[in-house]
Amino acid sequence: MEKGIITKVSGPLVIANGMKDAKMYEVVRVSDEKLMGEIIELNDDEASIQVYEETGGIGPGDPVYRTGETMTVELGPGLLTSIYDGIQRPLKLIEEKAGPYITRGIDVPGLDYEKAWEFKPTASKGDKVVAGDILGGVQETTLIEHKIMVPPHVKSGEIEEIKSGSFKLEDVVAVIKDEEGKSHDITLVQRWSIREPRLVAKKNIPTTPMVTGTRILDTMFPIAKGGAGCIPGPFGAGKTVTQQSLAKYCDAQVIVYIGCGERGNEMTEVLQEFPELKDPNTGEPLMKRTILIANTSNMPVAAREASVYTGITIAEYYRDMGYNVALMADSTSRWAEALREMSGRLEEMPGEEGYPAYLGSKTAEFYERAGNVVCLGSDKRNGSVTVIGAVSPPGGDLSEPVTQNTLRVTKVFWGLDAKLAYKRHFPAINWLSSYSLYLDNVKDYWKKEVNEDFGKIRGEAMGLLQQESSLEEIVRLVGLDALSPRERLVLEVAKSLREDFLFQNAFDKEDAFTPLKKQYLILKMIMTVYYETLPLITKEGFSFDDFKALPVMEKVVKAKEIPKEELEKYEDLEKDIIKSIQEYGAKFQAAEAA
Amino acid sequence: MQKEYKTLQSISGPLILVEGVEGIKFEELVEMALPNGDKRMGKVLEVNRDTALVQMFENPRGISTEGTKAKFLGKPLEIGVSPDMLGRIFSGSGKPIDGGAEIIPEEKLNINGAPINPYSRDFPNDFYQTGISTIDCLNTLVRGQKLPIFSGAGLPHSQVAAQIARQCKVVGEESNTAVIFGAMGVTFEEAEYFTNEFKKTGAINRSVMFINTAADPVVERIATPRLALTTAEYLAFEKGMHVLVILTDLTNYCEALREVSAARKEVPGRRGYPGYLYTDLATLYERAGRIKGKKGSITQIPILTMPEDDITHPIPDLTGYITEGQIVLSRELHREGIYPPVNVLPSLSRLSPTARKITREDHEGVFGQMYASFARGLEVRDLAVILGESALSDIDLQYLKFAKDFEDRFITQDEYDDRTIEDTLNLAWDMMAALPKNELKRVKDEHIEKYLPKK
Repeated sequence: MEKGIITKVSGPLVIANGMKDAKMYEVVRVSDEKLMGEIIELNDDEASIQVYEETGGIGPGDPVYRTGETMTVELGPGLLTSIYDGIQRPLKLIEEKAGPYITRGIDVPGLDYEKAWEFKPTASKGDKVVAGDILGGVQETTLIEHKIMVPPHVKSGEIEEIKSGSFKLEDVVAVIKDEEGKSHDITLVQRWSIREPRLVAKKNIPTTPMVTGTRILDTMFPIAKGGAGCIPGPFGAGKTVTQQSLAKYCDAQVIVYIGCGERGNEMTEVLQEFPELKDPNTGEPLMKRTILIANTSNMPVAAREASVYTGITIAEYYRDMGYNVALMADSTSRWAEALREMSGRLEEMPGEEGYPAYLGSKTAEFYERAGNVVCLGSDKRNGSVTVIGAVSPPGGDLSEPVTQNTLRVTKVFWGLDAKLAYKRHFPAINWLSSYSLYLDNVKDYWKKEVNEDFGKIRGEAMGLLQQESSLEEIVRLVGLDALSPRERLVLEVAKSLREDFLFQNAFDKEDAFTPLKKQYLILKMIMTVYYETLPLITKEGFSFDDFKALPVMEKVVKAKEIPKEELEKYEDLEKDIIKSIQEYGAKFQAAEAA
Repeated sequence: MQKEYKTLQSISGPLILVEGVEGIKFEELVEMALPNGDKRMGKVLEVNRDTALVQMFENPRGISTEGTKAKFLGKPLEIGVSPDMLGRIFSGSGKPIDGGAEIIPEEKLNINGAPINPYSRDFPNDFYQTGISTIDCLNTLVRGQKLPIFSGAGLPHSQVAAQIARQCKVVGEESNTAVIFGAMGVTFEEAEYFTNEFKKTGAINRSVMFINTAADPVVERIATPRLALTTAEYLAFEKGMHVLVILTDLTNYCEALREVSAARKEVPGRRGYPGYLYTDLATLYERAGRIKGKKGSITQIPILTMPEDDITHPIPDLTGYITEGQIVLSRELHREGIYPPVNVLPSLSRLSPTARKITREDHEGVFGQMYASFARGLEVRDLAVILGESALSDIDLQYLKFAKDFEDRFITQDEYDDRTIEDTLNLAWDMMAALPKNELKRVKDEHIEKYLPKK
């Protein structure tokens, strides 16, 4: 093995000599402890290496071993239900080897090479295949059939041999002869470099909404499958609760959840909760569709940088099988900070706030790996990766570089607001500053799947919320009495929208997940109150206190407690509302006439 | 292998450059032997070919480029730990300062520790009753949590911390606990306050104190919390104790870090603090928690004073991103003579949803209702300032009264008042009774029936 000699150690940065033919992003093993590192700068025969483990005890004179390969992930059955660190080492195996603390120099495989999987071929001998074609499948978990595909480097060929039965990951399950007559062995596992997007046939505009069960997200600011969104917010505003609730309830088939530089206990919570929780769409334990990547804040910084790439490469791999994948990265600010730390140690010229000048391009590259695509392969199947990144702006100040660079490339902005969080209005997403550019894309889906007037009602509800904020200004200055009756009604209905629709308790069983249809019904009901009352308020004798005291109003408040299995009850409720308000109108008008 | 060099090249603040060295490893411990026989400890911060940059943990005063010997010890900084440390007081660099004997260590541990594998962690879920209503009801503490106190200069954070240390317990499991106290750059009086408080209640026998006062060397402060936490890990995960760690004041710690960073001429992040401040703080805070299969736990209550009471200052800001919530003290309440001056709205405990499930069935609802009603009361108060109370509606007036009541009865309590969670929740119901029933939207009907005092 070729090797170099260390000349300098400064935290996670190691500089070594004698690295003449090394490549950028080549993986190296540092010192005799074989710590994993990656080359991030080359200068003549001197290489700068970021090391993915603690570098204490390493010094000049120690060797650096070259591997000639770039950073790759191992892709094959066994990924689901796993929890990895930033460089795809299973945390469970680390525990078995080293106990409860992560010590260094632990070398464990990303997948279990001893386990046998039942491979069922769908192609047969003699079939003509191209890159990306599905050869067969392995039932990875009860939810997901892991498709074994022709790897991208085999452009086209003919199946020479294909087997059926029980195989370990590295057993040959098929042989393909390409057009030049060369045979390729196909196993259950393939490798892919983490910094390179996996190939697709074509990218399409995302048009199907990803249903998350969170009302403010689905109805007000929907994200499309294959889209990119970001959640910036100060601490305590609920980024992680929102991300976790997305991971629990969104209707993607595979979830990749990256805890990047966040709290250890949060990952533990996910680990303990997900095997217990049932996926609302399939009824199976959530863990069966989930891959966790945990590089907590106290784990080595350089591996934090790699963790988002490891995650998205795995996400792309499942997308290539034709699945809808959702990736949550919590938080991309920590990833950016890892970039900044390495950049500082490399003594590069800093850009804004000490971040490297290439922060923007790196951020864009990452989010561009999201997409709604036509996968490689002759069946032109569809797959998608939806990326949702949390951003932790210092002091909640959105003008900082990470947020700004992220906003340039994401199409959905869910802005968390500390003021709402202080009032314990959750999810604390500000409905005035947030936006979604997918609104027009998903309108056709809404019309077809939910209701003709969903888009219209949503627009009107948003309008009321907008008006509320300007009316509140007036109330603050001159008091409630200065408002016209219509404006007072707007305030009342907007309050109901906030408290009975937008407010959602992620810790309540029934409330945590609201299907799209139910969201529509709740919204419709609140807006019905508005439509029905509007003609009455200008009439002589109308009293807001009497109106608010109508018994049916109590039912509006409790409406979200109606179980999702009994949606027909909303119809009765709506009739009830119309009847009550009309009766009230008739009553006071009669009294006035008398 | 030990290596000694007399080739000190330059000294700038806490940093010393040693030249012509060989075989030096990163993070290695260095002992500087002064001509007068004094010994000072430091560690290798960077090593480049044959030069080593050493960061001192102890006062660099008196070290000279001539005559001082740098001895590289080939191992990282360690602390000798033993259960005999309980009841003892140490300096910020781990030497006994209570006049007692040296500790005979059972084990020597690297003070940097190692990250706990998230897979090996056990999720904290034992309700830790502090006896303070605003914490127990609204910002419930859980054993194994890290919950900092965000304070300001002149606020009674020490009293609050001492009260928590004195009162907090898991009901029914009061034995096998320890308190570890780490002081960084605090005044002599503040350090004495804690020592006396611990002595007075007898808690001193169950505690280990590491004290670096404002007069002690600045760089020592970088080691102090690590010594405290290494001791805590030893007691918790090897001796099965439930350890509460109080660290004060993290602001001084961060300033020491900034000093070292500035001396190294690193590219600064916000307000001159190093770009790796987040990671560095995480290596402290993340050393709280529980481990699967181990009996003990570490609960951390770091205290930090926010410069200018600014919560967006890098220190509280980065802390809040790592810790599981925060208790914010308010200068306004303190001025009004309210103790403990907990500013309820920005305070938060992230682990409280789990804890609320195990205290009492109505806790979840009471929590939501008290928050929402108090927030509404404060809004009305703002409104009243502009429009005058006469412009308020009846319901607004009731909320105004509720907010006042909340501050006077719910927040306010004596330093020695140890309320049980039942007391606290009943008090909350008593106060909610002043509001119209149809305003109680966040509590369940059955709980209203059961707990709301009948008028």
